[in-house]
Amino acid sequence: MSEARNNTAPSSVWKSVLRFGLVGGAIALYFCMVGMVAAFDQRFLVAGQLTLGDLVLYVGPFLAGLSTARALADRTAWQRLLFGLLAGAVAALPSILIMLFSQQVNIGAVFVSLSSPLINILTFGRGLPDGLPLLVGVFGLLGLLGAAYTFLSQQARNAVNLALLVIVTVALFSDIPIRVIEKYFSARVARAIFQGNALLPLSAVVLSLLTVGLSYFGSLRAAKKKVGESKKPERLILGRYPINQVLSWALVIAFLLVLPQTDRVLAHVMMFIGLYVMMGLGLNIEVGFAGLLDLGYVAIFAFGAYTIGILTTQAAIGTFGLSFWVALPIAVIVGVVFGALLGIPVLRMRGDYLAIVTLGFGEIIRLLALSDWLSPLVGGAQGIVRIPSPSIAGFDINSPERYYYLVLIGVALTAFLAVRLRDSRLGRQWMAMREDEDVAQSMGIDLVQTKLLAFAIGSASAGFAGAIFAARLGGIFPHSFSLIISITVLSAIIIGGFGSIPGVIVGAAVLVGLPELLREFNEYRFLIYGILLVVMMLTRPAGLLPTDTFKRELESLEEGDEGMNNPVSAGG
Amino acid sequence: MAMLEVKDIHTYYDNIHALKGVSLEVNEGEIVTLIGANGAGKTTTLRTISGLIRPTAGQVKLNGEDLADYETHELVYKGISMVPEGRGVFAQLTVEENLEMGAYSRNDNRVRDDIENIYTLFPRLQERRRQVAGTLSGGEQQMLATGRAMMARPKLLLLDEPSMGLAPILVEGIFDTIQNINKEGTTVLLVEQNALMALSIADRGYVLQTGEIVLSDTAKKLSNNKMVQKAYLGVD
Repeated sequence: MSEARNNTAPSSVWKSVLRFGLVGGAIALYFCMVGMVAAFDQRFLVAGQLTLGDLVLYVGPFLAGLSTARALADRTAWQRLLFGLLAGAVAALPSILIMLFSQQVNIGAVFVSLSSPLINILTFGRGLPDGLPLLVGVFGLLGLLGAAYTFLSQQARNAVNLALLVIVTVALFSDIPIRVIEKYFSARVARAIFQGNALLPLSAVVLSLLTVGLSYFGSLRAAKKKVGESKKPERLILGRYPINQVLSWALVIAFLLVLPQTDRVLAHVMMFIGLYVMMGLGLNIEVGFAGLLDLGYVAIFAFGAYTIGILTTQAAIGTFGLSFWVALPIAVIVGVVFGALLGIPVLRMRGDYLAIVTLGFGEIIRLLALSDWLSPLVGGAQGIVRIPSPSIAGFDINSPERYYYLVLIGVALTAFLAVRLRDSRLGRQWMAMREDEDVAQSMGIDLVQTKLLAFAIGSASAGFAGAIFAARLGGIFPHSFSLIISITVLSAIIIGGFGSIPGVIVGAAVLVGLPELLREFNEYRFLIYGILLVVMMLTRPAGLLPTDTFKRELESLEEGDEGMNNPVSAGG
Repeated sequence: MAMLEVKDIHTYYDNIHALKGVSLEVNEGEIVTLIGANGAGKTTTLRTISGLIRPTAGQVKLNGEDLADYETHELVYKGISMVPEGRGVFAQLTVEENLEMGAYSRNDNRVRDDIENIYTLFPRLQERRRQVAGTLSGGEQQMLATGRAMMARPKLLLLDEPSMGLAPILVEGIFDTIQNINKEGTTVLLVEQNALMALSIADRGYVLQTGEIVLSDTAKKLSNNKMVQKAYLGVD
């Protein structure tokens, strides 16, 4: 104990250990009590070694050790490790106490998950009370690991995080790589890497070494780039396209084209993601570009779907019986017109008020579709059925893969449109309006026209998406058009980063794709959803892929600091 | 005939009678200043002139034409440009992009030249042309907002409190530039709390008190006026 280092007082050290330990313990206990630990006990990530349940259980003590070591940054390395270990051990206490308590009093009726399988897991199959020291030991070890983690450099931390992420992702979504390998190589190769759904230990090690290596190599290159600013001129294709970019785009496109061929479920999920990407790109024009917070976006989606339903259905209700391809542009136009019409009453509203009124619009449209009054036209609660699937020259679009390609075309169109609009004069008008309506007006921008154009153009893709949705399901019902769609689309934009086009795509994939693919998590979907959102808002408040302007703002903040060192010339 | 003529305007914020019959005139080539304390109605007067608020009575005329029929965004095309209070630069755009936005109303190919002119007027902006406007200092943002307004090639420039929140040395610089802009042929209506500085560059001035013009005279006479000296110039 070196007094000279001005250490934290001993009492506060123990307080940290106890506090972080108990919080970590509470996290571990929580996951036990909601049943995740027991439920995922059979889901191996690494065959025979690590289950998903273990992983969930280990988060608490690991965080306890990590936080303790961080709080004691002014202590020596050995002390930090030791107290990390102790905090991890403390994290075992809550679970131990409740298990011992359950032996005395029957609380199984209240804590349904506190069953013998769980106790079996927590005592490593040795039973009470023999397994308890082992639990304390394992948790302590995890606390030690957590403390050790704080010694790593940023580079090493990134590498470790990435490796862990890759292994968990590959193991969780193992269906996809397994199918791809089986289809394009052989089942034997797949068996050499995976066992059941889990990675074999050897392939896990190889995979993590590979990731760590790549991550290290990548950061080396990035560092080199930063030091020697004069980078080599990139090789170009056709005189203007950097070869690296072309290659990565080609890879992404090939991936998007081939992947759905491997599996029907996957194609279906990707089609759904695509629909949300289309809607996200459209709403992004309203919210991200023009700053108009619209919570009634699902109404336009419904307009698109119902237009297709009414115009193409072969049920008794329909009198038009048009082909899908004739009805599709009509659906888009209907979306645009109603987008603009719904925009007119809210021209003078901003921010929260706008959000609430548009929210009301969305509900009104749904209730109208449900009403008896309109049921001769739109079928009321029974909806519209027998919507035929589209076909081109005898080629029926009737399977998930084929719909997926249709959606992909829609996404490409919308994305292209969105990029071009963002960089256009109109894009600048939207941006100016978003930043400051009064100033925009003083620049000579017509707010009425600019707002209505945002609503109208943003609505086009929702009309398109609704049309495909109706054809895919073959029938539409009012309850498909609930508020949750508006919220999901908006969340995709927020998660991806306001105004960012790649962000919308990633956001939709995360919000729509993950829940579909992670069926195992079904019961815990919203729990995980919530945890992810909170973590994301803490660590990446600007979104997963924020726009350039935002990045630029952050960068020039750093650069700006140098310039600001000269206060006389730079001013206050 | 005066270039800008404000005739007995009354403006309300809900029930609050903010302007109680304000009249003023700005002649071509002049710098006219409107001074007054906090809450006197200076900004309200400017916002009424630029159409952001509509008066319940009275008229605003530009070269004899009533502006009541025009929307705010159309006034730029009539030759009125405003630098709003608090500057209102587009924080996420670079300095140069902000200047380009200022030329939004224009449809000619001299925009580049004008940007260079702004840079000669404010060399500081040229140094920071690629920097995002939100990261500029207050003084630089004021320069940018003024430059951006000039990009519309206005005949009449409305300035709302350009000295607000700036260090005294910077205020002097800004006021010098306003004088230069005026010499180049732009008429200026300057709303200021800093009466001393405003009167030092203005030709004429109006004193606004709780929504009414209480004094109007040449700038020189106003700065010698006992009441103005006492209330606004801090001279006992």
